[in-house]
Amino acid sequence: MADREERRFAEVSRESVRLMAEGAGVELGDDVAALLAEDVCYRLREATQSSSQFMRHAKRRKLTVEDFNRALRWSNVEAICGYGAQDALPFRSVKEGELFFVEDRDVNLVELALATNIPKGCAETMVRVNVSYLDGKGNLEPQGTVPTAVQSLSDDLLKYYQQITRAILGEDPHLMKVKSVSHDLEQLNRLMHMVKSLVQNPYLYLGSYVRSLVSSVMYCILEPLAASINPLNDHWTLRDYAALLLSHIFWTHGDLVSGLYHQIVLSLQKVLSDPVRPLCSHYGAVVGLHALGWKAVERVLFPHLPAYWANLQAVLDDYSVSNAQVKADGHKVYGAILVAVERLLKMKALSLSQSAEGHSGAHPGSVVGAASYRVNSPGLSPPPEPLSEAALGIASHLQVGGAGCHWEEWTPVPLPAMYCELYSFFGDSLAVRFSTGPGFGTHSPCAPSQLSDSRKEPPGPASNLDTTRKMPQLTANLNISPRQDGSPRTDPPPPTTRGAPISGLSREVFPKARFTSPQTTPPAFSFLIGGRQMGQRCQGRRPFQTMFATTPPVSAVPPRTYAHKLPVIGRVGKPVRRWTCSHYSLHLPL
Amino acid sequence: MAAVQGGMSDADIETDIKTEPSTDGFGNNNANDGRVLSASPGSGSSTGSNKQTAAVTPEDQQTLLAVLQFLKKNKLIESVEILRREAGLPENSLDPKATESAGAGSGGAAGIVDLEGGDVSSLLSRVTGSSSAGAQAPTKAVAEDQPDVRVVLSAYSQQGDPTLYEVYYSDLKKFIETVLDCHRAELSQVFYPLFVHMYLELVYNNHESEAKAFFEKFSGDQECYYEEDLRVLSGLTKKEHMRGNETLLDFRTSKFVLRISRDSYQLLKRHLQERQNNQIWNIIQEHLYIDIFDGMPRSKSQIDAMSGSLAGEAKREANKTKVYYGLLKEPEIELPLDDEDEEAENEEGKPKKKKPKKDSMGSKSKKQDPNAPSQNRIPLPELKDSDKLDKIMYMKEATKRIRLGSDNLPSVCFYTFLNAYQGLTAVDFTDDSSLIAGGFADSTVRVWSVTPKKLRKVKSAADLNLIDKESDDVLERIMDEKTASELKIMYGHSGPVYGISFSPDRNYLLSSSEDGTVRLWSLLTFTCLVAYKGHNYPVWDTQFSPYGYYFVSGGHDRVARLWATDHYQPLRIFSGHLADITCTRFHPNSNYVATGSSDRTIRVWDVLSGNCVRIFTGHKGPIHSLAFSPNGKFLASGATDGRVLLWDIGHGLMVGELKGHTDTIYSLRFSRDGEILASGSMDNTVRLWDAMKAFDDLETDDFTAATGHIHLQDNSQELLLGTYTTKSTPVIHLHFTRRNLLLAAGAFNP
Repeated sequence: MADREERRFAEVSRESVRLMAEGAGVELGDDVAALLAEDVCYRLREATQSSSQFMRHAKRRKLTVEDFNRALRWSNVEAICGYGAQDALPFRSVKEGELFFVEDRDVNLVELALATNIPKGCAETMVRVNVSYLDGKGNLEPQGTVPTAVQSLSDDLLKYYQQITRAILGEDPHLMKVKSVSHDLEQLNRLMHMVKSLVQNPYLYLGSYVRSLVSSVMYCILEPLAASINPLNDHWTLRDYAALLLSHIFWTHGDLVSGLYHQIVLSLQKVLSDPVRPLCSHYGAVVGLHALGWKAVERVLFPHLPAYWANLQAVLDDYSVSNAQVKADGHKVYGAILVAVERLLKMKALSLSQSAEGHSGAHPGSVVGAASYRVNSPGLSPPPEPLSEAALGIASHLQVGGAGCHWEEWTPVPLPAMYCELYSFFGDSLAVRFSTGPGFGTHSPCAPSQLSDSRKEPPGPASNLDTTRKMPQLTANLNISPRQDGSPRTDPPPPTTRGAPISGLSREVFPKARFTSPQTTPPAFSFLIGGRQMGQRCQGRRPFQTMFATTPPVSAVPPRTYAHKLPVIGRVGKPVRRWTCSHYSLHLPL
Repeated sequence: MAAVQGGMSDADIETDIKTEPSTDGFGNNNANDGRVLSASPGSGSSTGSNKQTAAVTPEDQQTLLAVLQFLKKNKLIESVEILRREAGLPENSLDPKATESAGAGSGGAAGIVDLEGGDVSSLLSRVTGSSSAGAQAPTKAVAEDQPDVRVVLSAYSQQGDPTLYEVYYSDLKKFIETVLDCHRAELSQVFYPLFVHMYLELVYNNHESEAKAFFEKFSGDQECYYEEDLRVLSGLTKKEHMRGNETLLDFRTSKFVLRISRDSYQLLKRHLQERQNNQIWNIIQEHLYIDIFDGMPRSKSQIDAMSGSLAGEAKREANKTKVYYGLLKEPEIELPLDDEDEEAENEEGKPKKKKPKKDSMGSKSKKQDPNAPSQNRIPLPELKDSDKLDKIMYMKEATKRIRLGSDNLPSVCFYTFLNAYQGLTAVDFTDDSSLIAGGFADSTVRVWSVTPKKLRKVKSAADLNLIDKESDDVLERIMDEKTASELKIMYGHSGPVYGISFSPDRNYLLSSSEDGTVRLWSLLTFTCLVAYKGHNYPVWDTQFSPYGYYFVSGGHDRVARLWATDHYQPLRIFSGHLADITCTRFHPNSNYVATGSSDRTIRVWDVLSGNCVRIFTGHKGPIHSLAFSPNGKFLASGATDGRVLLWDIGHGLMVGELKGHTDTIYSLRFSRDGEILASGSMDNTVRLWDAMKAFDDLETDDFTAATGHIHLQDNSQELLLGTYTTKSTPVIHLHFTRRNLLLAAGAFNP
């Protein structure tokens, strides 16, 4: 029965009427506008009601603009031009104003006119006959055309497919044909949700279709969709969702397709290392990696970061107006990377601590290591090659041929090193905090407290500094070696900042830690040991500290170059106090 | 869409605008007056209205006084007071006086002169209502049935305290709720028309907020099948909107018909008189037609089965006319048939062949059906040689017909229109199933050959001169082989083609379109021969008579027209529907035409007299398909409510209800022998129903026939023989071949 909801009609407000009138050059009084508004509403309702008649007689379920125009024409009102298209007009909503509007995209006439792929025009209307039921039973042949891509499906799946396409798309676009709808975010979103439900359906054995599903999801994650051109479109959400979906598919159906993980990671990596790709693609790659788990981040994103950082930095540094949009995108990517690496650090620390707990008794003397990064080999030692070599090697390799990086070559980077490197990029923006950098660098008042906390301090005897070949270089200009090697851009030392020398120092000190013991011990991590070493290290470090404090210009620059260039994003000026408390692993906000 | 009257001519609208500012109440009346007059060409609308505006003031005063005097004489003190109070305010005083002048004008445009005459008292009695409390005077009803908008609207201007409306209504509601169960269902019928009229009265008298409150409070009580109308009504909150609103006019121009038993009616009457509830009584007197019958009050289900139309149920006398539903005697074409038959027997063996042949011959040619109209009641075209040949073909095929039944269901062939992006709106097959035609929303008509025989045009005039006219195969020689193709597209319409129909001889094709024309196409030249103009509004459907020559069309102008192919003007105009005519069908004997409408009624018209001989109510939505049974006795109708209703034409009764479809039924067809009814719907299914059983179970005792009170048992599930689904293809046409193969058609709609 017609209850209250049904009586509620869409209404044209008097403000709208007045605006329209102003547009036509007429000033309207309040009461006139109100009257007009009410009348307009009524006439619109009337026209809508009569337009439904045309729909019914055209034997359709969907009311088209054409129907409405007919109704208008027959009541001697001018028709609305420009909306004659058969397909549904995408409605977009503006959340803030609860406003809905029809998207009106700009059409590039030049492109359209000079397009080489001229549409073929629709096929000829024809009549085809088939015996549907013989003697009142049985379907002999499927009726109607089916997209070629699904013809290989079995009967039941075909039905399922039809149900799905009808329910979700309303139209034809097939799930492999994501490309055809890349302009329509709504459509893509719906598509992604469909994929999700497909994946979640416990009664559906996807089998080899997983691959195609993944490819369409990957498309949503990575491709510079047509929709991304318009900054208003929230394609970021789509990418995030698709990334989540990807990981979901991977975790639930990864076993169905061998090598799926490799493929995914490889393709993500490829996108990430391709500087030509737009930032939104990079963003997709990062969130994709993030969604695949911290190991993927560690394996692909982290080693690649230095190279990528340069590009991003360039984008973010450009303050020109024309760059604004790109810059905004850049910030997005920056945020995504930040989130990814934070998680990476957390997880890594966690796994380290876990493995450490497992091994602490066995190897009380072991110091640092790139702890078991593989789940299946927690106890395995890292590659025989000295870690320092490996790390540097990789770094330089990335620098030299960023795109050509093969993930197989990847070697785990120990956590502290990783942290230091990341810290050099993000500065205080890193929510995860280890006491390493700041801890070493803090002013003397903090030192006692640090000592008391020393149990959690990562190890890193300063004495081992010399074991690295690069060390002299590092100490000389206080830069990370990989970046130093490859980056053609050497920033002139900016004015000193408070934290700069300290962190610079610390991250210089810190890498030493990883060179200390890996050769000798399995890569287990022990807090007990760490604590002990902390004590040693602190002592060994003090001279450095004082020394650097006295020579600010030298030490100031490099480590913070990345961080302090992003004053808005990074929380550079953080109170030093807090660092002391948030130390290693146990205090981590896991 | 504007009201039909509203869009007739621009001149009317101009007078409308001119007069309106001058006097408020009268401006409306004049404008309406002008519109109505323009509908009947000839009477000068502008002169009429001018005269009225000129003579306004003195006449009004007189009228007012006359009314007051009359009221006093009849001791209607309350009314007098109300009128006085209103007269005290100059603006409002216009309204009551407008009522009277308008009422007087019901006779015609020059009604003001009559006002002074003796007509006054009867008029006033109508307005105040309470003096003649008896049953309806039919003559008055006839007078008021004239679609005079001015009269219609002004009848609302009687005044009452707007706040009392709710009290009145809820008082009546309380009363009806407390009466005995047997009466309650009957009296509840009053609610809906009362509700609508009271609401409109409030709106008309500019009590917008009260009207809204009234609607809010009581709209929930109405039957669910009035939902559509209520939605329209709820949008209407201003007096200005009432003019030109179709639904409203429909409601006003016709009396809402209720069937109530005498006991129940007396109960209601007594109550209203006791309570002095004049407001409601007036409405009942004026706007309702209460068809009183003697006997048991009807049950709720009986009432529900019959109600739902825009104007209530059909009056009983409306369905009393005799209808000759029998079939015409087939012309005897003996000799060739025997030849053919022998051939057939030689081909297929004797025992099978003989019986059906005898049957078909016996039923058709031996004796005249007592219910059939006389053979020449409607002049029918002479049979041509080609028609006779076709008849022979038909009979030959008929002998091979499969006997269908509940245990022998037909096979279905589905004709799918692929790539019909432009929108398929209508389909028709020829009777011999050799051609299929589609009407499209892009204004084209396309004809396909279903058989291997291609479609060919006739040669040009110059080439025709060259051929030998004496040769035996001249019909073959005139065709141009070069033009042979499977598909012919015919252009001519300027709007979607909503209706399409082949002539029985397959030489012509009719199409009706949104552009207001019906076009006749030649299937020999594939060109348009005639455009029949007359509807002026979208023509929703058209169909050829089963004997050719005549055709019927119906459209948005609520009028069905009967045409002959060689007349450019209609032969008959069937008017009476209160809303668009959505579908039209010829009776198999060509003497009657059935029309379905969005006023949710079906009417059957006599082609000879042009009268409406049957009104069937019971559908709860616009009717979109009709089908006569092959024996002419029954009619099936399908509507947007997804139900198929079966009607006995002879008795004028509903005899069955088939529930099962979930969406609009766009096509209905009986099998050639009438055993099976197939229905095709928007819900992508074809359903088969056991028509034999449905009609056999019929209760046809005298009482039912006399009163029209049917008891429908809900046996849809037993009657449903099969549900055939398509794959995303709405079924918009069904056709049984001569051998009872079911053909269905629709556009693939992925």
